[in-house]
Amino acid sequence: MIAFIVTTIICFITYLLLTTGSGTIGLWSREELLFGFILSLIVGFVTGRIFVKEDFRMLNPVRWLTFIAYAIGPFFMGMAKANIDVAYRVITGKINPGIVKISPDLKTDLGITMLANSITLTPGTLSVDIDEDKNDLYIHWINVNEEALKGESVDCKYICGNFDKWIRRIAE
Amino acid sequence: MLEILIYILLGIGIFFNVLAGVGLLRFPDVYTRLHAGTKCTTFGSIFICGSVIILGLKMWYQGSTDGSVLAIHTVGALVAILLTNPTGAHAIARAAHKSGVEPVGAVVDSLRKKSTKKAVKKKTEVKE
Amino acid sequence: MMDFEYLVVLLALLFCVIMAMIRVIRGPTAPDRIVGLDTINTIVISGMVIFGAAFNEVIYIDVAIVYALLSFITTLFIAKYLEGGDF
Repeated sequence: MIAFIVTTIICFITYLLLTTGSGTIGLWSREELLFGFILSLIVGFVTGRIFVKEDFRMLNPVRWLTFIAYAIGPFFMGMAKANIDVAYRVITGKINPGIVKISPDLKTDLGITMLANSITLTPGTLSVDIDEDKNDLYIHWINVNEEALKGESVDCKYICGNFDKWIRRIAE
Repeated sequence: MLEILIYILLGIGIFFNVLAGVGLLRFPDVYTRLHAGTKCTTFGSIFICGSVIILGLKMWYQGSTDGSVLAIHTVGALVAILLTNPTGAHAIARAAHKSGVEPVGAVVDSLRKKSTKKAVKKKTEVKE
Repeated sequence: MMDFEYLVVLLALLFCVIMAMIRVIRGPTAPDRIVGLDTINTIVISGMVIFGAAFNEVIYIDVAIVYALLSFITTLFIAKYLEGGDF
């Protein structure tokens, strides 16, 4: 039931954002409000169980605020660094690639998805494959650090900095 | 004053998009090309969409409703780009590795060891 | 009538599309071609956003959102096809 309500509310808010400026009730016209509400009820009924999987910890507003702080602060800085790094490698052509394995030790699906997407957008790394039993990630690294290769799997701090700590705070 | 900011953001966005094109042409294999093609276009699109958002907010401040609609919809497009681009890159990289493209000049490839083990296991299972 | 600066931006984006198109034509393997196609999709989305600002028409940006989602599904589908195995 909670899954149905949450999905309906999210759908309705998205619909309202995409139809701003259509009429006179607030910013919306009466037809848009009615049709959007019926449509989001249908979508919530059909996809509620897929969208929220018996796990309501993401309903906590503190986690949303942490996510926004993460997206604006360390994540955006990491992206800027990544692009300057790629620019340097495009111009000079110096690469030393390899595929390494990391064990970030995250439990939830949402957490591992966020970590994989963050890794893809940050300096010199690209997530290639995932081991679904142990939640290990395989990373293509454009400039392999020889010191990191000694153990069985590479330490997280070479690949993703302190992103795994932030994501543990958001999604675990 | 705001116009100069918009021009600067547009310039940065164009620079990174051109960089993505040059990287696609210069890098030697699929994975390094994905580095250029994903990171640079995403970052360039953030700046281009940001300039349009600022333009919309400026129009809104001057009293036109169209401006707010423009800004909100551009935020929607930006969110769509940010969500879909890294996931698509991951899918392409995985497909490339499974279809047998080797990373050029790789120092280490821990994924290949694992995948050959799995393939051997599958073959024996079929025989049994 | 379009302003001059938007015309310059769109020409630069066209230049990027041409470079990615060379990769699509020349690419030695199929994943190379998909990388080029994916890059073209993202650049086209930014181009549509610029069109929306230049003509002051919101409909271009709506088209850009739908295009982003559809091209994402296309990329996933081609990747899944190359990977082989069950769907």
